[in-house]
Amino acid sequence: MTDRYTRTAITLHWIIAFLIFTAFPLGAYMHDLPLSPDKLRLYSYHKWIGVTIFLLALTRISWRTTHRPPPLLDAMPQWEKFAAHTVHYLLYVLILAIPLSGWLMSSAKGVQTVWFGLLPLPDLVSKNKELGDSLKAVHESLNFLLFGLVLAHIGGALKHQFIEHDDTLARMLPFLRNKS
Amino acid sequence: MIRLLVVPLLFVASLAAGTEFSVLLPQQSSITFVSKQMNVPVEGSFRKFTAQISVDPTKPETGKARIELDLASIDTGNTDADEEVAGKAWFDSKNNPIASFTSESINSTGKGQYQVTGKLTIKGKALDAKAPFTLRQAGGVLLIEGAFPLKRLDFNIGSGIWGDTSVVADEVQIRFSFTVAAKK
Repeated sequence: MTDRYTRTAITLHWIIAFLIFTAFPLGAYMHDLPLSPDKLRLYSYHKWIGVTIFLLALTRISWRTTHRPPPLLDAMPQWEKFAAHTVHYLLYVLILAIPLSGWLMSSAKGVQTVWFGLLPLPDLVSKNKELGDSLKAVHESLNFLLFGLVLAHIGGALKHQFIEHDDTLARMLPFLRNKS
Repeated sequence: MIRLLVVPLLFVASLAAGTEFSVLLPQQSSITFVSKQMNVPVEGSFRKFTAQISVDPTKPETGKARIELDLASIDTGNTDADEEVAGKAWFDSKNNPIASFTSESINSTGKGQYQVTGKLTIKGKALDAKAPFTLRQAGGVLLIEGAFPLKRLDFNIGSGIWGDTSVVADEVQIRFSFTVAAKK
């Protein structure tokens, strides 16, 4: 049982995953809505989730620097290991960069982000329409990238679980027992 | 040397006699507002307004002001919102293009501090309003600055689905800053 992620890392992984699966469709849905109180509400919820992901991501990355993750299985070919590490690394970058780009975009568009309507985040950039539009494009592109990487990430996990029948996924599951 | 003394003396004398400040400098004047959306303060402004102001800084209590605001000139910082607030539920600015304030009295509330009361008319509804403001002379012009809370629903601004004040708060902070030059 030593070659698993720590309980803390597993918990953070699944909470962040759940929040991404909430914030992503919400973001995709809300931006085309006609202006209404519901739209303003959804935007706020989306931002609150984003800030939460950002803070959890910071926690998770600092945890990881002090708690080495279990190594990938020896049986994996080099290219697979490389691919897995690359996807993991990029996902860590994105769970910071996407909320950050959203936060900056919001500031540039003249709307401060107030976490849960209670805690105002500083505006790191001032109101600027061009900058707001560029940051929107950045936020969207990063999300497309995230979408692709999450598909690869899930695909990889399922391949290990159901095709190779190894312990890769069990390392990150709170309830699955190791097969070996 | 004498001239050096006379000029400022004349200037002081003219102030003592009561110079009327009544020429608005639009480039150095503004009407802005802060609304709260989901508890987030969001700033906006009105690009077009006229202000007929006449104030004698030696006796500001006799001053008068009439401000007319072009509601369609609103800048919320978001084009969707600019269009939305022009609609019937908000300003209905096609039928009510102008919001106005006409002063009735000005009282001193402290050194350089005053309160103006008057009638605020928006969407055909006239209500009593008051606003504290400060007077400051600088570089030959008079600076009038103040702010007051306006309850938007008192004027049916943002009715229907927008009446939900948990999304857009009832209270909107209105800020004004007028720079007025002396009458020639």
